[in-house]
Amino acid sequence: MHNKTLAELSAGLTAGAFSSVELTRHFLERIARFDGQLNSFITVSVESALAQAAAADARRSRGEAGPLTGIPLAQKDIFCTNGVRTSCASKMLDSFVAPYDATVVAQCNAAGMVMLGKTNMDEFAMGSSNETSFYGPVKNPWDTAAVPGGSSGGSAAAVAARLAPAATGTDTGGSIRQPAALCGISGIKPTYGRVSRYGMIAFASSLDQAGPMARTAEDCALLLGAMAGFDPRDSTSVERSVPDYRAALGQDLKGLKIGLPQEYFGAGLDPAVGAAVDAAIDEYRRLGAEVVEISLPNTGLAVPTYYVVAPAECSSNLSRMDGVRFGYRCENPKDLEDLYKRSRGEGFGAEVKRRIMIGTYALSAGYYDAYYLKAQQMRQLISDDFKRAFEQVDVIMGPTSPTVAFNIGEKTADPVAMYLADVYTIAANLAGLPGMSIPAGFVGNRPVGLQLIGNYFDEARLLNVAHQYQQVTDWHQRMPQGFE
Amino acid sequence: MEWETVIGLEIHAQLATKSKIFSGASTAFGAAPNTQACAVDLGLPGVLPVLNREVVRMATKFGLAINATVAERSVFARKNYFYPDLPKGYQISQYELPIVAHGHIDIELEDGTTKRIGVTRAHLEEDAGKSLHEDFHGMTGIDLNRAGTPLLEIVSEPDMRSAQEAVAYMKRIHELVRYIEICDGNMQEGSFRCDANVSVRPKGQKEFGTRAELKNINSFRFVEKAIDYEVERQIALIESGGKVVQETRLYDPDRDETRSMRAKEEANDYRYFPDPDLLPVVIEPSFIEAVRATLPELPEARRRRFVSEYGLSNYDADFLTASRPLADYYEDVVKSVGAEAKLCANWVMGDLSANLNRDGKEITDSPVSTEQLAGMIRRILDNTISGKIAKEVFEAMWNGEGDADAVIDKKGLRQITDSGAIEKIIDDILAANPDNVAAYRSGKDKLFGFFVGQAMKATQGKANPQQLNDLLKKKLSG
Repeated sequence: MHNKTLAELSAGLTAGAFSSVELTRHFLERIARFDGQLNSFITVSVESALAQAAAADARRSRGEAGPLTGIPLAQKDIFCTNGVRTSCASKMLDSFVAPYDATVVAQCNAAGMVMLGKTNMDEFAMGSSNETSFYGPVKNPWDTAAVPGGSSGGSAAAVAARLAPAATGTDTGGSIRQPAALCGISGIKPTYGRVSRYGMIAFASSLDQAGPMARTAEDCALLLGAMAGFDPRDSTSVERSVPDYRAALGQDLKGLKIGLPQEYFGAGLDPAVGAAVDAAIDEYRRLGAEVVEISLPNTGLAVPTYYVVAPAECSSNLSRMDGVRFGYRCENPKDLEDLYKRSRGEGFGAEVKRRIMIGTYALSAGYYDAYYLKAQQMRQLISDDFKRAFEQVDVIMGPTSPTVAFNIGEKTADPVAMYLADVYTIAANLAGLPGMSIPAGFVGNRPVGLQLIGNYFDEARLLNVAHQYQQVTDWHQRMPQGFE
Repeated sequence: MEWETVIGLEIHAQLATKSKIFSGASTAFGAAPNTQACAVDLGLPGVLPVLNREVVRMATKFGLAINATVAERSVFARKNYFYPDLPKGYQISQYELPIVAHGHIDIELEDGTTKRIGVTRAHLEEDAGKSLHEDFHGMTGIDLNRAGTPLLEIVSEPDMRSAQEAVAYMKRIHELVRYIEICDGNMQEGSFRCDANVSVRPKGQKEFGTRAELKNINSFRFVEKAIDYEVERQIALIESGGKVVQETRLYDPDRDETRSMRAKEEANDYRYFPDPDLLPVVIEPSFIEAVRATLPELPEARRRRFVSEYGLSNYDADFLTASRPLADYYEDVVKSVGAEAKLCANWVMGDLSANLNRDGKEITDSPVSTEQLAGMIRRILDNTISGKIAKEVFEAMWNGEGDADAVIDKKGLRQITDSGAIEKIIDDILAANPDNVAAYRSGKDKLFGFFVGQAMKATQGKANPQQLNDLLKKKLSG
């Protein structure tokens, strides 16, 4: 059962080949058996999962099942789940149980999906390797010496190892696409505003966007359909109808215009990754697409811009973790200042503190214009690059990450080297564009991801373009060894 | 040396919405602690603010009422600082782009002239919660019911030159926000409060002196006292060779003094930046026009009209327009009586206001309706009762004894206007007091009052005073 896609599981449930309770038990057993090697879950919610599965079976027997009813998934531990701990992989929220469901969670529940548990991640989604988690690093199922990427590393590893048929992720600077690439799965970051951010613990509010992570583009299409939509509780969500993302999957790619930004293929790109991406592009040519070289001249500004905007917003977003109303509080505070300083000093990990300090600095009186305001101007330049590009092409393609998965511990001493792992993914967040990563080969035993960037609200096209590739390749069907 | 005082006020008016500015929780005052704070107000991880449209309408209304510019596009910003009653670690406010800018309001000075006070800006923001330091044995309690309550912060230009001017300005704004029904103006509950920026400079000097900010003054009387104290303190300090430092000071009404809260160096760097959770507020001209159409006649215009249309003095017009319900009440009475606007004003400002004060009632709860008061005034005008008897009728109406006519009938208060009857009474009195009549006729004019008194006594005050006077004069001279 664990090798089936969501579409196949949906068909199996409909045909009565298995029940949701059987399916859920199967995945819970796999988590119990394999997750010791991966550490991809922070919390496994056995009881509530089985209760949801039983409810889904009952719903099916009443004839009220939808396409996702009874299908298990894992939620990234950044989404608030009523009654189940939401830690954001931080000591700060180790004891935090939200009294409400995030909109994404509520919508998955409404579709009848079964939550297996909450997946590991970088602390407050700050990281590209899943090494900043309070609960320890996640390991890449393809090679447990390697990182799974981050910040949605737990979701990516769990889906790759078939511990969950699908998972949710969030992407602020590449946190869906980069771990999807490094773990050999598919993941899409939708247009900013497509999916509600309500109940998703904020890292950088103007960049954060939730999306599905699954093995195939078709599965992403299915799950995105359940996640997307306007939410009156999120002022930045967009009031726009959600298309049937599966409807356009079958369209052929004849005449599709693919743009290759020259800046995504320069120095810094591992030649072996570049070769895999080139091969994937050739596949698209064979599918009838027209490939043109384009330029995104401000690509070099993306990482520095991001590392002003994201820390600035996070320095403010994380202020509510103050030890007063919820979460970690230090022992025996002397006074208020001591309470704040020690609760936050002890509750946050090093990377989170680093970003809070960078952001606080960038917003300080006298520095605001030089950093935050300048970064906003650069952000506009980056958006303008894409605007011009999409006047020429339908989809932009390139590598998701400059390298395949690196080893655990390899980059932890050098934050800037770590930040460069997101050099190709960050721009889409700054511009608010949808981006996707799909499996496109291997370097050794480590997967390579192909990135697709689309125009605003063009998720259906990205999913179609990814799906067509997956009809003629089998990279997405490969399974890491040791998890049978 | 002669000193000049310079004052600017920051007024916080709580907007009278049912729910909070960024959540659906109730804004009602006085609930048990933390029972009116939802997940958004508590600043739980993951929650997001959604703007209450009503506050935009109210701010727009205020902007139009002070002839200000209502911004086509205004932006919410985060003001970052840590405090236990500030749940998110930042307050959502407006900073660089406020919703209202460049307005003004006129105040009257003691010499009767008018002075225009500039309103630099008015911006929307959320209130914080409350820290409760009593009853927790060395700890602090936090009540977040108030967190997220919508505020309009109204910032004046440093245009005021005395505590009296500051109070006059504050009263005008207080009157206005209640007039346009965006704030209940309740100062005890903190719905209307003010900070004052105060400095002094040698008269004639152009540059401002260093200012102190007086925090959270919540009555007109305290504003005046706090500023007066602060001005004296600053002058004494400078004259004794000291220097005023820029700082925040708290007024203590019990000791009638201001005390330093924090110096400028200790002030927070608020690290303002646009709130990425909220879209800019975009206001269409059509929205502004729709709001303009809902504006009532404003107090200033109404005052001018009361003077020109009803012939009232400035003082009367000012008194009667102090609140919209009072002005409405007055106008209803005048319209119903159809004449004698000044007499109507006297009754509203006199007995009615005195009784309202005495019984602690609002005009809207007056036991005497406008129709009843008008009915009584009509009976004065048609000579059914005298002004003096009317006081008795009014009291009876106040006590729920019915309309003027019913009271007059029941109590037999109808005025005696029959000349024959009055003459008969006068004749009896003159006959009974021959000595006084003689004395009067020999020049003791003051005795006239004695005869009036006797006649009124004989008629239980019901004799028509004018007729009585005329007839008495005639008989005594004759």
